[in-house]
Amino acid sequence: MLDLNIDDIGKGLLAEIADIHDTPAGAYNFRVNSQLAGRHTTDNIDIMTKEGLPGIDIFIKPHTKGESVHIPVVVSASGIKETVYNDFFIGDNCDVVIVAGCGIDNCGTHDSQHDGVHRFYVGKNAHIKYVEKHYGSGDGSGKRILNPQTEVYMEKNSSMEMEMEQIKGVDSTVRTTIAELKEGAKLVVKERLMTHGQQLAKSDYRVTLNGADSTADVVSRSVARDTSSQTFNARITGNAPCNGHTECDSIIMDEGKILAIPSLEANDVDAMLFHEAAIGKIAGDQLIKLMSLGLTEAEAEEQIIKGFLR
Amino acid sequence: MLELKHLSFSVENEDGCKEILHDLNLTVNNGKFVVITGPNGSGKSTLARLIMGIEKPTQGQILFDGQDITELGITERAKLGISFAFQQPVRFKGIRVVDLLRLASGKTLGISEACEYLSEVGLCARDYIEREINSSLSGGELKRIEIATLLARKTKLSVFDEPEAGIDLWSFQNLIRIFENMRRDIKDSSIVIISHQERILNIADEIILLANGTIEQTGAAADVLPGLIGTTAAVDACEKLK
Repeated sequence: MLDLNIDDIGKGLLAEIADIHDTPAGAYNFRVNSQLAGRHTTDNIDIMTKEGLPGIDIFIKPHTKGESVHIPVVVSASGIKETVYNDFFIGDNCDVVIVAGCGIDNCGTHDSQHDGVHRFYVGKNAHIKYVEKHYGSGDGSGKRILNPQTEVYMEKNSSMEMEMEQIKGVDSTVRTTIAELKEGAKLVVKERLMTHGQQLAKSDYRVTLNGADSTADVVSRSVARDTSSQTFNARITGNAPCNGHTECDSIIMDEGKILAIPSLEANDVDAMLFHEAAIGKIAGDQLIKLMSLGLTEAEAEEQIIKGFLR
Repeated sequence: MLELKHLSFSVENEDGCKEILHDLNLTVNNGKFVVITGPNGSGKSTLARLIMGIEKPTQGQILFDGQDITELGITERAKLGISFAFQQPVRFKGIRVVDLLRLASGKTLGISEACEYLSEVGLCARDYIEREINSSLSGGELKRIEIATLLARKTKLSVFDEPEAGIDLWSFQNLIRIFENMRRDIKDSSIVIISHQERILNIADEIILLANGTIEQTGAAADVLPGLIGTTAAVDACEKLK
């Protein structure tokens, strides 16, 4: 059982954003309503409270392999507005999993806002898997606002897989991600986004490939329902012989609005950069196929979206 | 048992109203393997879509096991026990082969069971079960997966719309074997295949020849097929495969 000072709403949010039902193995830092609710460090992973700014510094020793860090944030009190700075210093040759994410439950009338600023300094040959989920709940008139800023600085031959997911309940989000890659570094970003109601979501990526043989693959899949609105703006800049690809694939429903702006900038003759973008409603033949298996139209739609956002 | 009574279907076009099917009357009994053939444009695929409920007839009735299903939608017909294999199988983003087989079977299908359906259509489950049903699959692979979903559904009536369309010759050989197996295990169910491939016509119990939207001929394969050989209603896959 989760042995922390967190109420049931907070526990529910933790389950949604980080799949946490139990105290996680490895290092963790739980932030609940702007307070530290639990911390655990290991021989290889240290977590320290920042001085002068809200947030934490996470130090992962070189050669740390097979360990994980969970740093979930829960905001369940209405009216909280905070900006939190978390810096990750990842040593050379590490292979670790970092699970972040924020859950906001707002039953009140005041807006709740959490802006997480994450900076990753990824050492040589290190491999990081970073999972970030955002989730909102509660039926108050106060908005649930999340504005994550992520900066990634990747040393030679390092690699990072980022999974960013925001499926439900966040009223407004402006997501900014920048990444700079040195020689041989590899970045893979998988973004999954669904907006509903009157939600607004903006996602900006600026990926700069500075080193030879560096590669980046930034792929976003999104669904805009009801009257929600989304903007996806991804730029990959190639300053060396490198490979970059960005793709935005969206399903538009109801009266949703989607603006996709993939862009490329090549400053080296051997930079190979590609972009793709597609927006469309659910194809009629996909619905017919699933209905011919016995699903109702609504069930078919649900399965198509579930698969699309997998 | 499927019964079509005075079934007609028209579409509106620039010249007014065009009749695709006219006053069709047809009965497919349980335990029968029926092939509907005819030249291109004779209305075969439209008929298949009418049976599944993808299109609604302008006149006439469709009865399934005695129940009038003319006004029922696709989902209701599927639930009553009709399944349909598309001429051009649909691609999805993110939905995997195992997901589609699970949806088709209507239960939490075990990997070994899913494997059986895939093996039946000549696909190695280990290679395919986690694959997305997207454009990375070839036309032949999609077609086989489409057939596997019908095997997983195990319905009383299975309708295949030109199963041989878009598949390679090697897959075609296997397709015939799959249909031979289905025919052997038909029991109380029935199979309707839209096709003008001679080798599929060869394994039919009954052949229905459609021409210009009407049934021109119907009867046991042994009686109908000889008259079709050499026409566009019964074509060879390839001389070398004979």
